[in-house]
Amino acid sequence: MNGSILQHLAVTTATDIVRARSVARQEAARIGFGLADQTRLATAVSELARNVLKYATEGSCTIHEDSTPVEMRLHITMEDHGPGIPDITAAMKDGYSTGGGMGAGLPGTRRLVDKFEIESSPGFTRVTISMVRKRQ
Amino acid sequence: MKVPIIRLGKVLLVSIQVDLTDAAALQFQEDLINRISETEALGVAIDITSLDVVDSYMARVINDTASMARLLGAEVVISGVQPFVALALVEMGRELINVDCVFNLEQALKKLEVSIAARGDRGGNRDTYEW
Repeated sequence: MNGSILQHLAVTTATDIVRARSVARQEAARIGFGLADQTRLATAVSELARNVLKYATEGSCTIHEDSTPVEMRLHITMEDHGPGIPDITAAMKDGYSTGGGMGAGLPGTRRLVDKFEIESSPGFTRVTISMVRKRQ
Repeated sequence: MKVPIIRLGKVLLVSIQVDLTDAAALQFQEDLINRISETEALGVAIDITSLDVVDSYMARVINDTASMARLLGAEVVISGVQPFVALALVEMGRELINVDCVFNLEQALKKLEVSIAARGDRGGNRDTYEW
């Protein structure tokens, strides 16, 4: 991915969920995203970080920016080396959950962001969310 | 990080001032239902003005806490849901189901007073009700 890495955070404890969502909000604010988008991103990061802890025990969260003079562009990638998602199509449907949760995680998160990419195989899962806004 | 629970007559006041970890949220839930039981509080007001993120987990903890409180016999009102928190929760397909929400703590106390009085139990008559 072009652009620069703003933050690279480990996701290994429940405290890291709080930190990741807080850092995501700060970076989004610094780039110039409004309060609604900051909250969408922070909430999405919180959901994804919790998934990492729940299914893979640990992973990482990387925040990239490749903004241009006309657009603010923020991307957040969550990676882990857990068992992977056996059926991504099913996991992206509302109500699906294998983790004993409420199954709002991935489809709910997708609705908060502009772009949601997921790749998963046993031993590696990567979710990238993006938010792109024209500068005012 | 403990969330302080303040007793005001027959009502408990809680203001969540910091972003809670999952463990702290569950601790809060347990502390609150224990306090409700000990004090036989008739109502609980939970203010979440300071929460700038409520994800699906926290939303579930709040919903569950309200259900537990009602099972014990207390009315629950949530105040101070931030507009962007409401936006994100609804977009995600989550909401604070079956929990009464109001703008601020003052309205929360008024609403509790009315709903406790309306129950008509434990001397909860609106005119003679003791705070």
